[in-house]
Amino acid sequence: MTLQEFLQNFANGISLGSLYALIAIGYTMVYGILRLINFAHGEMIMVAAYIAFYTVFIFSMPWYISFFIAIIITTIVGILVERLAYKPLRSSPRVTILISAIGVSFFLQNLGIVLFTGRPKAFQVPTLFSQVYTIKGVNIVSLTFFIPTITVVLLILLVYVINNTKIGMAMRAVAKDYDTSSLMGIDVNKIISVTFGIGSALAAIGGIMWSMKFPQLTPTMGLMPGLKCFIAAVLGGIGNITGAVVGGFILGLTEILLVAFLPDLSGYRDAFAFILLILILLVKPTGILGEKIAEKV
Amino acid sequence: MLKKKGIFLIALLVMSLLVFSACSGDKEKPQEQAQENSQQVDEEVIKIGIFEPITGANGAGGAMEEEGVRLANKLYPEVLGKKVELVLADNKSDKVEAANAAIRLVEQEKVNAIIGSWGSSLSMAAGSIVKDAQVPAVAASATNPLVTLGNDYYFRVCFLDPFQGDVLARYAAEKLGAKKVAIIKEVSNDYAVGLAKFFSDAFIKYTGDENAIVAEVNYQTGDQEFSAQIQAVAKENPDVIFAPGNYTESALIIKQAREQGIDTPFLGGDTWETPEFLQIGGEAVEGVVISTFFSQDFPITEESKVFLDAYAEHGQFDEPAAVTALAYDAYLVILDAIERAGSADPVAIRDALAETKDFEGATGYISFDENGDAVKDVVMKVVKDNKFVYLDTISPNN
Amino acid sequence: MKRKIITSLIIIGIVIAILMLLQNTLDNFKLRILNLAGIYVIFAVSMNLINGFTGQLALGHAGFIAVGAYTYTLLVMDSDLKSMNFFLEPIVPFLSSVHWPFLPAVIMGGLLAGLAGLLIGAPVLRLRGDYLAIATLGFGEIIRTVFTNTQSITNGSLGLKAIPMPKSFLFIEMKNAFTWWVWTAVIITVIFHFLLVSSSYGRALKAIREDEKAAEAMGVNIFKHKVWAMVISSFFAGIGGALLASLMTTIDPLMFRFTLTFNILLIVVLGGMGSISGSVISAVVVTILMEWLRFLDQGFMGLPEIPGLRMVVFSTLLLLVVLFYPRGLMGNEELSWNKITKMFQRFHMQPREVRK
Repeated sequence: MTLQEFLQNFANGISLGSLYALIAIGYTMVYGILRLINFAHGEMIMVAAYIAFYTVFIFSMPWYISFFIAIIITTIVGILVERLAYKPLRSSPRVTILISAIGVSFFLQNLGIVLFTGRPKAFQVPTLFSQVYTIKGVNIVSLTFFIPTITVVLLILLVYVINNTKIGMAMRAVAKDYDTSSLMGIDVNKIISVTFGIGSALAAIGGIMWSMKFPQLTPTMGLMPGLKCFIAAVLGGIGNITGAVVGGFILGLTEILLVAFLPDLSGYRDAFAFILLILILLVKPTGILGEKIAEKV
Repeated sequence: MLKKKGIFLIALLVMSLLVFSACSGDKEKPQEQAQENSQQVDEEVIKIGIFEPITGANGAGGAMEEEGVRLANKLYPEVLGKKVELVLADNKSDKVEAANAAIRLVEQEKVNAIIGSWGSSLSMAAGSIVKDAQVPAVAASATNPLVTLGNDYYFRVCFLDPFQGDVLARYAAEKLGAKKVAIIKEVSNDYAVGLAKFFSDAFIKYTGDENAIVAEVNYQTGDQEFSAQIQAVAKENPDVIFAPGNYTESALIIKQAREQGIDTPFLGGDTWETPEFLQIGGEAVEGVVISTFFSQDFPITEESKVFLDAYAEHGQFDEPAAVTALAYDAYLVILDAIERAGSADPVAIRDALAETKDFEGATGYISFDENGDAVKDVVMKVVKDNKFVYLDTISPNN
Repeated sequence: MKRKIITSLIIIGIVIAILMLLQNTLDNFKLRILNLAGIYVIFAVSMNLINGFTGQLALGHAGFIAVGAYTYTLLVMDSDLKSMNFFLEPIVPFLSSVHWPFLPAVIMGGLLAGLAGLLIGAPVLRLRGDYLAIATLGFGEIIRTVFTNTQSITNGSLGLKAIPMPKSFLFIEMKNAFTWWVWTAVIITVIFHFLLVSSSYGRALKAIREDEKAAEAMGVNIFKHKVWAMVISSFFAGIGGALLASLMTTIDPLMFRFTLTFNILLIVVLGGMGSISGSVISAVVVTILMEWLRFLDQGFMGLPEIPGLRMVVFSTLLLLVVLFYPRGLMGNEELSWNKITKMFQRFHMQPREVRK
C-alpha cells in the first residue's frame, strides 16, 4: 500500500470516525445518567435527516434554516421519547426499560416506513460542503474537513458546559449518584430532559452530516450506525464524553483500515465492529478512558 | 387483577378462535385441494394475484411492478368475456411473509394465476406452494436461475443472470476493450452474487486471461460507507469496475469513488435503472453503463408503444421503470395463455403458458424455454445528462 | 402431585385431539399458520428461559435459530438437491454426500445451536445486563454475516431451496406428518421447560433474576447457571430453526436478522416474561394476529392502503404493554386449573362475598 493510498484511507477513516464520535456522545451521556442504552438514539439520526430533507423539499428553505429546524425538532422528539417511554419505567427493572428502548426504535423505524415509504430519498448537499480538493494526490471533499472540526468544537463546548456551569455540575451529580442528587434538591427530571435534549441535538447534527456524507435517506438508516456508535461509546469508556469521541475515531479508523488491508474480509465489516465490542468488554470493560466503578452490594 | 387478566385472556382466546374459523368460507380436506382448485374458479371473475414486496427493503421494486400490472389491467380488463380482478398480497420483502402471502393467494383468494415477485428469494419462497397448489406464477424480474429450475409452475418474462452476466462481460471486453476488471458486489444479495460469478466466468473466457478479475470485494445490504472497498479495488488499476448490487448502495459507491478521484468506468445490471439512482448519484453516475430489459427510446414492438403511451398518461413517474414494463408483460402473457387455453383453469393456464412462443410484449418477443425462462434481448443503456439513454441491443443468438 | 400429572396428561390429550380435528378440517393456509404458531411457541418459550426466567436480556436468538436451520438443511438434503442449489460455487466436499433422515437432522440442528450458545455464552454472560444485550445482538449479526459470506458451505445469499418435508411421523406415513412433528416438539419443549423451571434448578435461575448478589451469596454458581440456561435456550431455538426451515422449504441469511429476535421478544413480553403458558398463548395469538391484521395494510373502512401499518401497530403494542402492563399477560404466573377455576368463581361471586 502506497503512502498516498494509506493517507486516503486515513482521511476517510477520520471522516467516518468523527461522525461516529459525534453520535456516540449522545449515547454516553444518556448512559452516564440513566444507565440506559438508548436504542432509539440511532433513530434520531433518521428523524433529523428526514426533517432536513422535507423542509428543503417541501418548503424550499435555505439549508442553514432547514438544518436548524431539524435540530430543534429532533431535540424535542428526543425529550418526548424520554418522557413517554423511559420516565414511567425509571423504577422498573432494567430489562423492561431496555425493551422499551428497543420498542421505540422499531416504532420509529416502522413509522418512518409508513410516512416516508421505503424508497430512498436523495439528500441535497449544499455546495459549501461538496467541494472536492486535491492535496498531494489525496482527494478530499470539503465535508471531510467540516465534520471533524464541528465534532471537536462541539466536544470542547460540551466539556466546558459540563465542567464549568451549574447545570453541568448538576448533570455530573445525577450521573454520580441519582438518589442523593434528588435529595440535594436537584430537579432530576429536568436534568434528565436536558441530557436527552443535548444528546438528541448532537445526534441530529451528526445525522445531518451523515446524510451529507451519504446522501441517501431510508427509514432504517439509523439502525446500524446507532449500534456502531454505541460500540464506539463503550470502546472509549461509557459515561465518559471524551472517551466517546476517542472511541468513535478508533472505530471509524479501524473499520476502514481493516478493509483496506484485508479486502477479502470486506463482507465482514459490520461484524468486525461487534467483534471489537466483545473484545473490549472482555479485556477492559470500562473502556479505554473509563474508570473502574466498584459495584456496591 | 386476576379478573382483569382473566377477561383479557379469555377474550384473546375467543377472538383468535373466532378469527381462525371465520377467516375462510369453506373448509376442505387437504387431499382434495388440488382437484377442488380446478373447479373452485369463480365463473364470473378471473383473479390474478399480485405477489410483490410493497413494504420492507424491496418495497420500491415491488411497487413498480404493481404499477405495471395495474396499468395492464386498465388497458386489458377482460379476457374470455370475464372481468380480471387483481388481488394484492404484500410479501413485505420477507421470506416467511412471502410464503404466507402466497398461500393466502392460492387458498383463500383462489387466484387463477400469480404475478411476482420482485426479488428471487421471495419468489423461491412461493415456489413449492404454487407447485403443490398447481397455480402458475410468472415472475417479472426475478433473475436467479433457481426460481424456475425444477418448478413447472414458475415462469419468468425476463432473461436470466447467466445471460446478463455474459452480455456485460462481452461488452466490457469488446466494446470497452477492458483487460482488467474489478468487482464490488453486494454479498448479501443473491442477485449480485450470481451476476458477479457469471460475469467473472464470461470475462475470463472472453479475455482468455485467468487473472482478468484483479480484485473482488464485498459489502452488505444497507452499508453506506464504501471508501475502503473502493480503495482496495482502485489500487489494482482496473479498466472497468463491475458493481452488481441494488441501486441504493451502488449510487453511493460510484459517488464516493468519484469523490476520491477515481474515474474508472462503472458497469452495472438492471437494478440500477431507477430514478433514485440518478437522483442520488447525480453527476457522479454520468457515463455509467447498465444492462436492462427495456428502453423507451427504441420501442421494441408495437406493444411497447401502447405501453409507453399508456404510461405517459397514467404513470407515476416521468418514465416507466423496466420492471414496470416487465410486470405489464407478465399480465399480458397470462391473459394470452388464458385465451389460448380457452379456460381459466390454473392447470390449463400453466400448460398454455409453457407453449408461449413469440408473444408480443412491451419488452420484446417472449418465448418460454423448457425451464419456463424467457429468451429475450438485453438492452444496454448509458447515463447521459442525468438520464438513462439507449446504447445498444444484444440478442441471445449473437 | 398425582393430580398434577393427571391434569397434565389430560391437557396433552386435549391438545392431541384438537390437533387431529384441526388437521383434518383446516385447509393448507390455516394449517400452515398453525404450524408457524407452534414453531414460534418453541422460539418464545426458549427465549423466555434466558430472558424471562434468568433475567438476562439476550438478543442473539435469531443467530441460534439460523444455526439450527442451516444445520438441518445441510444434513437433510441429498446430494442432487445440493448440486442444484450450489450451482454458483460447489459445496464443500465433505458436506456433499451427507444425507440424514428428518429426526436426527433436527436434533443435530438443536445440538449445534446449543454448542453455539455455549461458545457465545461463555465469554459474554459475565457481562452486565445492557452490555450482554448488545453483545448477544452482535453475535446474532456475526453469525448471519458469516453465513452470508461462506458461499461454499451455506450458499451465501443465494439461500437454499427445495428443503424436503418429512413424509412420515414415527414411521407411519401420513400427509400431515410435519404438523405432528411440530406439535410433538412443542409439547416436549413446553413440558421440559415446565419441569426445568419448577425444579431447584429453575429456582436458582429465578433467584439470579431477582437478585444476583444475594443468589451468589447463597452459594448459587451464577455463571454456570447462566451458561446452562443459554445453552438450553439456544438448543431449543435450533430445533425451532430446523422446523422453520422445513416449513418454509427455503432459507437464506436475510431471514435471520434482528427483526426476527424482535418479533420473538415482542411475543415473550406480551405473554409475560416469567411465564411459559403466557409465551404459549402469546405466540399462538400473535402469529394468528400477524396474518389477520393484514387487512390493515390493504385499507379498510375507508382508510387508504397504508403498507407497513401492521408493524407500526405491533411496535405500539409492545410499547403499550411495556409501559402499562409490564408483566404482560401472565406475569410470573402460570396457567393452572386453580387459576381458571378461581377466575370463574370471581365472575360469579358477589362483591360482598369477596371482601369477607
